[in-house]
Amino acid sequence: MNPEQIRNAVLAALSDIAPELDAQTIDPKAPLREELDLDSMDFLNFVLGLHKAFGVEIPEPDYRKMGTLDGCVAYLAEKMVAA
Amino acid sequence: MVQFVMPKLGADMTQGKLVEWCKKPGQTIKRGEIIAIIETDKANVDTESFVDGVFESALVEPHDEWLPVGTPLAVIRVEGEVPADVTPAVQPVAAVTTVAVPAPSPAPAIRVPVAEAALERLKISPAARKRVLDLGIDSARLIGTGPGGRITLEDVERAAAAAPSAPGPTKVVDRAQRMRDAIAATMARSKQEIPHYYLGTTIVMAKALGWVEERNKERPVTERLLPGVLLIKAIALALRQVPELNGFWLNNHAERSRAIHVGVAISLRGGGLVAPALHDADQYSLNELMRRLQDLTKRARANSLRSSEMTDPTITVTSLGERGVDSVFGIIYPPQLALVGFGKLVERPWVVDGRIVAQPVVSATLSGDHRATDGHRGALLLDAIDHLLQEPEKL
Repeated sequence: MNPEQIRNAVLAALSDIAPELDAQTIDPKAPLREELDLDSMDFLNFVLGLHKAFGVEIPEPDYRKMGTLDGCVAYLAEKMVAA
Repeated sequence: MVQFVMPKLGADMTQGKLVEWCKKPGQTIKRGEIIAIIETDKANVDTESFVDGVFESALVEPHDEWLPVGTPLAVIRVEGEVPADVTPAVQPVAAVTTVAVPAPSPAPAIRVPVAEAALERLKISPAARKRVLDLGIDSARLIGTGPGGRITLEDVERAAAAAPSAPGPTKVVDRAQRMRDAIAATMARSKQEIPHYYLGTTIVMAKALGWVEERNKERPVTERLLPGVLLIKAIALALRQVPELNGFWLNNHAERSRAIHVGVAISLRGGGLVAPALHDADQYSLNELMRRLQDLTKRARANSLRSSEMTDPTITVTSLGERGVDSVFGIIYPPQLALVGFGKLVERPWVVDGRIVAQPVVSATLSGDHRATDGHRGALLLDAIDHLLQEPEKL
C-alpha cells in the first residue's frame, strides 16, 4: 500500500463512523476527535475498522500517535512496513 | 383477545407510524418477540410483544401516516383462547392491553380504564383523522354527527370552514426537527414538574484507569474496555445500595424498580439524542456490558432500537465529558427519579497522603427528584459510586 491508498482506507474507516464526513475539507493536521466530534466509542470503532482493513494490531498506547489524519497515515505506513 | 395498540415508547412520544408488520396473521408470537417496526420522532423502533399468543389480524396496514398513541393496530389471541371474531374495543393504556373476551373465555378479562381523550380520538374515521391532521384543526373543535357521535369527514370539513383562523396545512417536518420538538416537550415538562436537586463530587480515577489500561494492554482491539463501562457498572451496583433513586415517579409517588436498567445518553450525529436502556446493568460482567454498550450505540445511531430499550430505563447516565466539559448537571428524563452525569477525565493536582500529586479525576453529578428523595440519599449514591470505582477489579 502506498501512502495514498493508506489515506483512502483511513478516510473510508472514518466515514463509517462519521457518514457526513467530507474527505475534501478535512484538515489532515487537525485533531480528529475534535474535528469530527468523535467520542471514545467512535474512536474505538474507528480503530476496529483500521484493524479490519489493515490486519494490524493497534495497541492502546499507540492511540496518541493517531490523533490526526496525517498521524494515522504515518503510523499505519510504519506498521505495514514492519509487518 | 388483546389489542396491540400504538405504544408510548418514552415520555416524549405522542404519535407513531406503522412501518412494517413483523408477524403475519396466524403466526405465533412470544412475549418479547418483535411484532412491528414503529417509527417515532427518535428512531425506528423494533417493537416487542407484551404477551404470548397468535397474531390474529392487523387492524392497520403500514402506511405513511402518524397515528396517535393508543390507536389499535392489531389483535392478538392469547394462548389458550379459541379463535373468534373480534369487536375492537378501545384500550389506549399500554402497548398491549386486554379487551373484553368473547365468551366462552378461559380466563377473566382485565378491564383497563379508558382515557377519555384517546376515546375521542378513536371515534373518528381514518379518513377524517387524516383530514384533521392535514388541516391542522384543533380536535376540540370537532363535533361528531356520525353513528354514536362518530366524527365523519363532513364534520371535519364543517369545523375547518367554521374556523378561518385555523392554522394552514400541517408542515412536513424532518426527523431532526421532530426530535428537537420531542426533546423540547419532554425537557420542559421535566423542569416544570420535577423539583430537581443537584449534587456534585470529584472522583479519583487513578485505580480505575490503571486497571483498564493494564487489562487492555493484553487484549486485541476487539476485546478492549472503555472506562465508561466501569462508570455504568458502578452506577448500577451503587443503586443496589441506594435503591430509592432507581425507578419512576408515577401517580404521585415513587415506585422503585427491582431491575436496574441504565439509560445511556447517546448523541446522534444528525443532532439530538436518545437514552436507551442497558438492561440489568448490575447483572453483567464488564466484558458483556461493553459488548452490549457497543451494540446499543451502533443501533441507536442506525435508528434501530427495541421498544423495551426506549421505555425501560430506571435511571439515566450522561457522559458529556466526552465533549470536553468538566461537569454536567442534567435534566431528569421523566418519569425517572434521577440522572447521573460524568464530566471529562482530566489530570488535576490532588492531595494524596499530604503530598500534591497529579491524579486523573472525573466530576460526577447527580440530579435527583426531590419529591422522591432528599439530597442525603443522593449523596449516598455518589459516595457509593466513588467507593466502587476505587476497587475496579470487583466491578
